[in-house]
Amino acid sequence: MKIDIYDKLTILSDSAKYDVACTSSGVDRSGKLGSIGSAVKAGICHSFSADGRCISLLKVLMTNVCIFDCKYCVNRFSNDIARVGFTPRELADLTINFYRRNYIEGLFLSSGVIQSPNNTVEQMLKALELLRNVYHFGGYIHVKAIPGADNELIARLGHLADRMSINIELPSQQSLQLLAPNKTKESILRPMGLISTKIQENSTDLVKFRHASKFVPAGQSTQLIVGATPDTDHKILTLTEGLYKRYHLKRVYFSAYMPVAEHSLLPSVNTKPPLMREHRLYQADWLLRFYGFEAQELLDEQHPNFNLQVDPKCNWALNHLEKFPLEINKAPYEMLLRVPGIGVTSARRILTARRSSLLDFSGLKKMGIVLKRAQYFITCKGRIMDGLKITSAGTIRALMTDQYQLTSPNPEQLSLFNEPFITREDVQQCLTGQI
Amino acid sequence: MPDRTDLIYAYDGSFEGLMCCVFESYTQKEIPSVIRPPGVQQSLFDTEKWIESDKHKADRVFNSIPVKISPSAQELVKLGFLTCAPHKELLIYHFLRLGFNYGNKVMTMLTDATVCSLQKAVRYLTSESHKFKGFARFSVYGEVLVAVIEPNNFVLPLIAMHFCDRFRSEEFMIYDKTHGMALIYQSQKAELMFVEELTLPEVDGTEAEYRRLWRQFCKTIAIEGRNNPRCRMALMPKRYWGQLTECIVRSSIK
Repeated sequence: MKIDIYDKLTILSDSAKYDVACTSSGVDRSGKLGSIGSAVKAGICHSFSADGRCISLLKVLMTNVCIFDCKYCVNRFSNDIARVGFTPRELADLTINFYRRNYIEGLFLSSGVIQSPNNTVEQMLKALELLRNVYHFGGYIHVKAIPGADNELIARLGHLADRMSINIELPSQQSLQLLAPNKTKESILRPMGLISTKIQENSTDLVKFRHASKFVPAGQSTQLIVGATPDTDHKILTLTEGLYKRYHLKRVYFSAYMPVAEHSLLPSVNTKPPLMREHRLYQADWLLRFYGFEAQELLDEQHPNFNLQVDPKCNWALNHLEKFPLEINKAPYEMLLRVPGIGVTSARRILTARRSSLLDFSGLKKMGIVLKRAQYFITCKGRIMDGLKITSAGTIRALMTDQYQLTSPNPEQLSLFNEPFITREDVQQCLTGQI
Repeated sequence: MPDRTDLIYAYDGSFEGLMCCVFESYTQKEIPSVIRPPGVQQSLFDTEKWIESDKHKADRVFNSIPVKISPSAQELVKLGFLTCAPHKELLIYHFLRLGFNYGNKVMTMLTDATVCSLQKAVRYLTSESHKFKGFARFSVYGEVLVAVIEPNNFVLPLIAMHFCDRFRSEEFMIYDKTHGMALIYQSQKAELMFVEELTLPEVDGTEAEYRRLWRQFCKTIAIEGRNNPRCRMALMPKRYWGQLTECIVRSSIK
């Protein structure tokens, strides 16, 4: 039976969809005469799928044939599904034709492991070389490094791609052993280390030789599955922080586990994906990357998981009420960022506006600063907001609790039996637009 | 300066013309209450003062902005003119008055009603133009790519560079249906021109096939267990769907 491109696309994008990363950010590259395509540092979203996630890249597998048997994965070899693969030419044609119509920002190429990791990477190299060298494609390429492939092959991939990623998926060695018997921590971290070293070597090369070819200019990223194993948020967040610091990763993505297989070691197929937990982890991830927080400030051994009802920053503020209220007209930037409800944009705007006049609450509102949460933590010209009565730390807690409409009298304690109340904005953001 | 509340300026709708309104107001020491672009209906009793465009006067005003206020204020005014803010002329005019009065400081007066309205309008413009870098959908007609967009703000000047750079070796046209303008890029030269109406021919088989593939891809890539139409709508409001290949209902394409 001959399978046409439509069916291949359906099967191979369906198999690729559990990879959450779809950003096209991190590199600026202008177009050239005789070639097609450019890259924009901020990234561009071209569409949004029904689950609210951004579609920026043509996200497909080279093939969904796989010799590995990772229990959590749809493409595990023990799963009985149709197996197909693109030829390099088919894939390149599809990419160029989608790109010309401005459907996509580029290609996100991943693959099942066919025959061997090396063989797989060679297939992917063929497709990318065709795209870059024959079709002169200058758009974005995100490629997955296959664990277990030779260094030399991974390095060649890196010179063709803008971003590379290797998914850690399971946050601990024990979980890996149980659920991904063909992968080891070593087989994942070795290529990650290799890419990280190569990127750094390359950045010094670029200083020395102007025409040195760029190696993974948009950096590398990874993905962790949340909720397939008993690993705590604390463990996941500490790992995330380590990856940013030691491997200089650009992004760590979290993916709420979607039950795709019945297995005694996995949550049952009826389990709902822990979307809120994933959302809290993303919020914490932003706090690490843009707000100057450290993982240990947000979680510790005693509190290993996020409070699902209150966002991590608000939770931190409630536990550090001695640092508040903050005078908006005097507080340094780093502290403004720690006020619940004030983000990078708001904090910068406050700094700008402060240069010409003293700010009051109505001024803040005009500037578009959302006071819903912030009001409890700030003063303007030494005064708290009109009509706000704060007598003790307990009152703030109660007021915040009110806002989150908690039913339990003790907000820190999560009830085992009640569904946690979750704010509308949380549900809306949950998540993915930001991915 | 006497403030005649009934004073109405009418101009030709060009940026140059608006700069001349500012010039007129300063030389005549008067403050208009309305600055009217062509095409807006006059009410029965008002009398408008026609302000003739004059390149020399316009340049004097425009070139004084970076000197007397700041280069970023000049940029803000230029962008402000492309926004869809109601009475954008008056907004820009009052911003400039504040600027000539306070100088560079005006850029930090974010709590002032005029400054914050103008900045908000410009933010809307820039965010919409960023959206259209992704949402413009081209169709291939022979060798030429054609996209139709319906933005609220006049985003063409802001997205022109991006597409000319990206499709450097192509020939393309982006037609802005809202403003009746088109960006035409041919043999490495870009041009903005008025286009009243555009009738596109039927698409060929290849084009229809790629549209079908793209629609299928968008459908497949969503994870059913995470269905979140509200989130999708917040990030890609329905207003844009009319020109998005993947969102148009099937029957209306074929």
